[in-house]
Amino acid sequence: MSTHVRHLRGLTVVTALMITAGLALTFFYAPLDAEQGFVQKIFYIHVPLAIVSLVGFCLGGVYGIGYLRTGKRIWDMRSYCAIHMSLIFSVGGLVAGSIWAKASWGHWWVWSDPTLVSYLIVILLYCTYQPMRFSIEDPERQARYAAVFSIVAGAFVPINFIIVNLSSEYLHPRVLNLEGGAMPGSMKLAFYTSLVAIALLFATLMKYEMAAKELRIETRRLRRRLLGDDAGPLARTASPS
Amino acid sequence: MRTAAAILRKDLLLELRTLETLPSMALLSISTFVIFHFGLNRDSLSGQLAAGVFTVTLLFAAMLAINRLFLAEREQGGFDAFLLAPVDRTAMFAAKATALFIFMVALELVAVPAFALLLAPPRLGHSLAGFVLLLVLADGAFAVIGTFVSALAVHTRARDLIGPIIGLPLMLPALIATARGIGPLLTANSSGSPQLKWLLVLALYDLFNALLAVGLFDYLIEE
Repeated sequence: MSTHVRHLRGLTVVTALMITAGLALTFFYAPLDAEQGFVQKIFYIHVPLAIVSLVGFCLGGVYGIGYLRTGKRIWDMRSYCAIHMSLIFSVGGLVAGSIWAKASWGHWWVWSDPTLVSYLIVILLYCTYQPMRFSIEDPERQARYAAVFSIVAGAFVPINFIIVNLSSEYLHPRVLNLEGGAMPGSMKLAFYTSLVAIALLFATLMKYEMAAKELRIETRRLRRRLLGDDAGPLARTASPS
Repeated sequence: MRTAAAILRKDLLLELRTLETLPSMALLSISTFVIFHFGLNRDSLSGQLAAGVFTVTLLFAAMLAINRLFLAEREQGGFDAFLLAPVDRTAMFAAKATALFIFMVALELVAVPAFALLLAPPRLGHSLAGFVLLLVLADGAFAVIGTFVSALAVHTRARDLIGPIIGLPLMLPALIATARGIGPLLTANSSGSPQLKWLLVLALYDLFNALLAVGLFDYLIEE
């Protein structure tokens, strides 16, 4: 446990430094956008949040495969924490995107933007992960069903983006296309720093959540032993109860 | 294959004898058309509006069938019996998806004429072939995703709620393609053939989900 926590401490420090650097670059180094002005700065938070949350959703699916292959509860816990964190990040990304849409297009919500719409669909799907998971009582079945859900939903993320994109015209600024985008170098530096910072934040928070869960399971086990119950292998569930 | 056929025969026979699901689906779809008539205050619909109304109606009716798909298995111990039998578990998926597909086709035999009669979309007869092709592909999506979601939800406490809330977002891409495909068919100057793009999207989405569901279905009925 102690090495785990020490590891976590280092990661936390690096994350804090990167976030500070990302924010500093965003506000003091990256130039003001010629058309949108100051409000464009939200781009450096909105886009990394969106990218990290979508990668996190897919990661949840990969961990889900890990669980189904090995049957080890640690994979289930990873999958749960990845999806849980991604959901929080994605709601943040959606709110930031909505603010940006209001500032640059004049509306809080824009249907003609396929990226925003497909993002909403993905969030709607993942919002059902926890209700589904916690309405299954048997912990083993809970983990198995959650893994199946995470795989299907993880595969759904890219497919859904493609299909929603087909159904409408482009509106979102394509700053990250394959040709390197239309960003000047200083903006790129700020953006990639923010992206790394948000990704690190995701990893740190996920590790904290996992450490907390492990600790709670350990505490529960010790308390049982103290009370003289035959502890046995306690059902390890990611349930927040 | 024989197992799947046996389960399918059981399901169809059960439906024929009890007539529980199909009549409800048909009634629901007709009621929905009536509601749309009043809600939109239109005597006839055309284009994308007609396509949207029809797709949503199909979805509502499909939800009824999806919720009841594994009811008999769960309530009467069918799952345990199936798990005890030395048969391939994918057979259950194949049988249930086929049953759902047949239910949807049977529903559409009622819903399409009712739609034509009540909401009078233009050029439906003219573009019927393309319309039916799109519906068959859409039924594939309902069948595959519906069976998967139903199996996922059947062991949860709030299965009536969990099924639809997971199913809706998963079906959304197929619904988008169906509605966008049907829309141009129901306009006054329709060419009569659907856009190839939407047929392809639907077919690929069906295939993709079918592969995924077949690969993962075993994990859902393990004990």
